[in-house]
Amino acid sequence: MCIFMEKPSTLLDKLWANHEVMRRQDGTSLMWVDRHLVHEGSHHAFARIDARNLKVAEPALTFGVVDHYAPTRGPAKDADIVRMITTLERNATAHGITLFGLHDPRQGIVHVIGPEQGITLPGLMINCGDSHTSTHGAFGALAFGIGATEVAHVLATQTLWQKKPAAMRITFEGALGHGVTAKDMALGWIAQLGTDGARGHAVEYAGAAVAALSMAGRMTLCNLSIEGGARFGMIAPDDTTFDYVKGRPHAPRGGDWDKAVAAWRSLRSDTSAEFARDVTIDASTIAPTLTWGTSPEQALPIDGILPDPDTLPDGKAEAAQAAYDYMGLTPGFPLAGTPVDQVFLGSCTNGRLEDLRAAAEVLRGRQARVPGLVSPGSAQIKAQAEAEGLDQVFTNAGLDWVASGCSMCVGMNGDLVGRGKRCASSTNRNFRGRQGQGARTHLMSPAMVAAAAVTGRLSDVRDLMPGRA
Amino acid sequence: MAGWQRHEGQIIRLPLENVDTDQLIPARFMSVPRSQGYGPYLMHDLRRDAAGDLLPDFALNRARGSVLFAGRNFGSGSSREAAVYALVDAGFVAVVAPSFGDIFASNAVNNGLLPARLSADQIADLGAGETAQVDLATKTLTVGAVSARYDLDDTWREKLINGWDDIDLTLQHRERIAQYRANRAATPGAWPRAG
Ligand code: SF4
Repeated sequence: MCIFMEKPSTLLDKLWANHEVMRRQDGTSLMWVDRHLVHEGSHHAFARIDARNLKVAEPALTFGVVDHYAPTRGPAKDADIVRMITTLERNATAHGITLFGLHDPRQGIVHVIGPEQGITLPGLMINCGDSHTSTHGAFGALAFGIGATEVAHVLATQTLWQKKPAAMRITFEGALGHGVTAKDMALGWIAQLGTDGARGHAVEYAGAAVAALSMAGRMTLCNLSIEGGARFGMIAPDDTTFDYVKGRPHAPRGGDWDKAVAAWRSLRSDTSAEFARDVTIDASTIAPTLTWGTSPEQALPIDGILPDPDTLPDGKAEAAQAAYDYMGLTPGFPLAGTPVDQVFLGSCTNGRLEDLRAAAEVLRGRQARVPGLVSPGSAQIKAQAEAEGLDQVFTNAGLDWVASGCSMCVGMNGDLVGRGKRCASSTNRNFRGRQGQGARTHLMSPAMVAAAAVTGRLSDVRDLMPGRA
Repeated sequence: MAGWQRHEGQIIRLPLENVDTDQLIPARFMSVPRSQGYGPYLMHDLRRDAAGDLLPDFALNRARGSVLFAGRNFGSGSSREAAVYALVDAGFVAVVAPSFGDIFASNAVNNGLLPARLSADQIADLGAGETAQVDLATKTLTVGAVSARYDLDDTWREKLINGWDDIDLTLQHRERIAQYRANRAATPGAWPRAG
């Protein structure tokens, strides 16, 4: 019998309390890190601990993967790229860390393989020197990106000093329309609230439209939290989560599995828990959405008209004008119909099997009018897609089917978009130069990328879908 | 990392919003070892034209300085600490902006760079003076006769003043960590199953 009602808590409260080793007087918590994922970019952090003669504190909780610089077409030739990859291999060996190297069948993008291998589980705290670590929050984990100094700290101590963010909830009520995806939900809320709309907050996504998402969709939604200024995105775990996790290589088995699931079921915000911010969005009003500018908040529904900078709120007019100049677009015109030069399908945002299937559904039996690259999120996804014949759909349409890695999301491996070229992309950042110097990026869902490939223009995928669903 | 209390230096004004980490340092320079210095890559593409020539009117190309005034959402985007290395190696000690990317701000403090929050109006009120005095103890920024109090987390201020290294601080709590670890190990799933 419970006499004293405990204060209702949010999912964030519960996860935070479970990981707090201690709290300083100033309110900063020392947090235990359950999983630490490292990639080639971690070389600064390894150099730091080496300089102090420290070893990795918990090698069994640390996993390395080659992804940012992974070549997608044959062996790497550039000396810098080879050095980045061999440095990670050397560090992994020296510190006894499991490494998913280039030729490992489990290799892939860090935020794709963590879940795929069952390294990512509900209730864990997961960190990685990459801002899209928020992806793992889709499992009801506390997951966020950290900088190199913090990576070194986790390597040396398996802990991290953090101030608890405020809790924010974004509820998507109702159901998504046909042809509308998690990517559109994410671009939609960021366009509405701005790229600093969730700054300082941990976002929990809730509501019927979120519950209806597959794990792939949930990962896409949480992945993009950082583009709205939130370091964390999270979704309470449910049967969809447990079905995904069950049987994964590093997930608990047998009696441990049952115990784990029982504990995971309590990882949800209490009904009357209070959030510092609470936003509700009607999912049925979301259309396929894409960016037109150089910031993720510069996004519109596909049937939208490019806004007149003078009508935008304070401070946004100048940025919009600069974005128009860079993107080679003119206000007052419809966004749909803009010719594209190429397409890219892949990344930790939208490089999962379900994403490839959605794009292939649109491309099947059709020809792409522009060249494009398809890079699966992991080697396992690549193998599965090939078993299903998706690779044939892409290559028959005229697109290049290449190996897994970050590829054209960030261009570190040499997969770049040329200056002034317009790319329809399933990635997460449309920053100036992100995909290459002078590159013009439009972010959208994989199906929308496929529609752009087929028409050679920014197009509404729903027009290509009737009778094909 | 050495701590600091006060700084006086030349102001560089860059009234751009959303200067993201990809602008601060393009990805292609991130394989460079830190010992070689990241200063030359700071805003590499933003300060050049399409032909690769320096834009003569771009603020960073006109003068050197140590206090950067910028627009909202400075340093949004990726966790790349190289964005901070580029600023620090180019001689910057403080960045003043209405808001910062979260990860950028903590990376900055970890490298002795002050991310000082001042509203756009407060920045405008400081006038057009050429040098700024930055004081950590009082959280004030002074340009000529005008002073403003900037926002900064107190923990971060202590870190900047003392030049603390978190690893040393944390290792003092070894026993608490070991205790937590022992409890944590009993939680199903807390350690990955041998794959
Ligand atoms: S795919 Fe892009 S966003 Fe994702 S981890 Fe790689 S570089 Fe980062």
